[in-house]
Amino acid sequence: MTSSRPVVEAVNLKKYFPVRTGILDLIRRRPKLYVRAVDGVTFTIYEKEIFCLAGESGCGKTTTGRAILRLVEPTSGKVLFKGENVLEYDGLKLKEFRKKAQIIFQDPYESLNPRMTVYDIVEEPLRIHKVGSKGERVELVMRALEDVELKPPEEFLYRRPHELSGGQRQRVAIARALILNPEFIVADEPVSMLDMSIRAEILNLMLKLRDEHRLTYLFITHDLAVAKYICDRIGIMYLGKIFELGLAEEVIDNPYHPYTKALISAIPTPDPRVKIGEIPIKGEVTSPINIPEGCRFHPRCVYAKSVCKRTEPELIEVSKGHFVACHLYK
Amino acid sequence: MLLEVENLKMYYELLGKGFVHAVDGVSFSMDKGETLGIVGESGCGKSSLAITILRLLPINGKICEGKILLDGEDILSMDLERFRRDVRWKRISIVFQGAMNALNPVIKVGDQIAEAIMIHKKVSKREAMRRVVELLEMVGIDPSRANGYPFEFSGGMRQRAMIAMALALNPEILIADEPTTALDVIVQAQILKLIKDIQRKLKLSVILISHDISMVSELSDKIAIMYAGQIVEFGDIVDVYTNSLHPYTKALLSSVPSIREKRRKLKSIPGAPPNLLNPPSGCRFHPRCPFKIDLCIEKEPELVEASPHHLVKCHRFEELRGIDFK
Repeated sequence: MTSSRPVVEAVNLKKYFPVRTGILDLIRRRPKLYVRAVDGVTFTIYEKEIFCLAGESGCGKTTTGRAILRLVEPTSGKVLFKGENVLEYDGLKLKEFRKKAQIIFQDPYESLNPRMTVYDIVEEPLRIHKVGSKGERVELVMRALEDVELKPPEEFLYRRPHELSGGQRQRVAIARALILNPEFIVADEPVSMLDMSIRAEILNLMLKLRDEHRLTYLFITHDLAVAKYICDRIGIMYLGKIFELGLAEEVIDNPYHPYTKALISAIPTPDPRVKIGEIPIKGEVTSPINIPEGCRFHPRCVYAKSVCKRTEPELIEVSKGHFVACHLYK
Repeated sequence: MLLEVENLKMYYELLGKGFVHAVDGVSFSMDKGETLGIVGESGCGKSSLAITILRLLPINGKICEGKILLDGEDILSMDLERFRRDVRWKRISIVFQGAMNALNPVIKVGDQIAEAIMIHKKVSKREAMRRVVELLEMVGIDPSRANGYPFEFSGGMRQRAMIAMALALNPEILIADEPTTALDVIVQAQILKLIKDIQRKLKLSVILISHDISMVSELSDKIAIMYAGQIVEFGDIVDVYTNSLHPYTKALLSSVPSIREKRRKLKSIPGAPPNLLNPPSGCRFHPRCPFKIDLCIEKEPELVEASPHHLVKCHRFEELRGIDFK
């Protein structure tokens, strides 16, 4: 299904946010503190692939997605889009890039301007990028709405977001992302605000659009059941690092990293005969300001050895295409 | 039976527009120590059902019909003052949706729990605090944290504190309305485990309300599937899962991905839930049901016993046994 042509590559991508400090800290010459939201992430997304970043809140998955689109400026590292470093783009080139790389946000109740009609919302990217004449734009908007199965499109053009259901709103957000014919879409938790029955509908729509429009997705989610359903490959993140990376089915059915194991064991299934067992993890997520020495998971890991407290493990290939950053696999 | 709900109807009055049929003829019963899961899409009336049981309705919420019997006594016709004193929180308490954001940010967590105790019982602050320590231990919070403020607690701990508060007066029934939304999976699993442990230890009856059928299956003995203000299927949870009868239940189950299964195509339910201002005629699911016949449009089906303790509200459940959605 996927080809081997890389579309997006993140190379040792980092994003640190400075922590606001007061004047007292300055006087006392306390070191400046940073939230290391993304702390050296490397991965490649191939053409027509759905690559997933998964993890708990605060693991840096959303910041990674935004850094790739330069919606936040990365602190260091590289983002390659078809071989070119996006971080060196400026002015016109950046605008061109924005045309090819789009985003769908989590909450369709907040990402759509309530005062605008569906037509205005979907047409706006065309206006910004000065695409087509007025008549052509109407045509394009209609086609985009048809693509996301808001049929007949005439019926939706002049509605406002409050007149739409959650699923319909997310379809409008997808139409807006599609209208410029992008090659790459970052989908940040696109179904987590939606009801179960509507989730399936949106996921199936995204799969269909991938095939029809030759799209490549970065799919960000905390829900591994959703990830297993939609994604080709998956990266599991914890405190700004990728801990495990591989084919989604392989990583979820046969996880290596102790954190991935804990995460998967905690997920309930619809089958009432299958219950959650013991979850092999200690404590709660550590603050990304004071990241532990060595492996950043060691204070919570039930298998931690002394080496885990000293050196940070590298992401290494343990079986074909399945990478893990853990001292247990060496 | 500890709790019996009989033909309960609760409508919201919208001035000039009519009534929203939020809870429209709901009947069920539950025993002591049992966990009942109530599952449905947003807007199906599941939260309205919860606040009706606690008589916490907004001013336009009207109970039109029905009874709620607690140990045989109707708590809907009970004098409100008495209900407040003897039933709410003392016998039936609730953990609300997003409850972890319901703590007062400027009062210490321990004091907030103590306040709930002192309002209902004539005890000194010291006695109340003794109970707080017990409660915090029970929900797995170090009692020394009673002096902490909510911002010093993580989301999971705040949710634990809210559960402690709901248990403060030793209720018989705990209603948990989406107790784990907005929590991370590992924290969610820990909270579910906590509810399960407490439920066993205290022989508590729990009503667990959620849109997430996987979460509900984790804890419940029985399940009620709600659609458009009505229960469409009710029964033992394994029974309902393995042998679901109502097309809506089948549809819900086929739309949920499972992490332990092979990848299969998920099916979605066409259309959207109906507007409860004007619910559809006949069976309320008929506009979205692939199996509808003329009868479904004309006549509302009864909730009938399909097999012992397994109830379903569908004209065609017999013919559709074993047939998948779509």
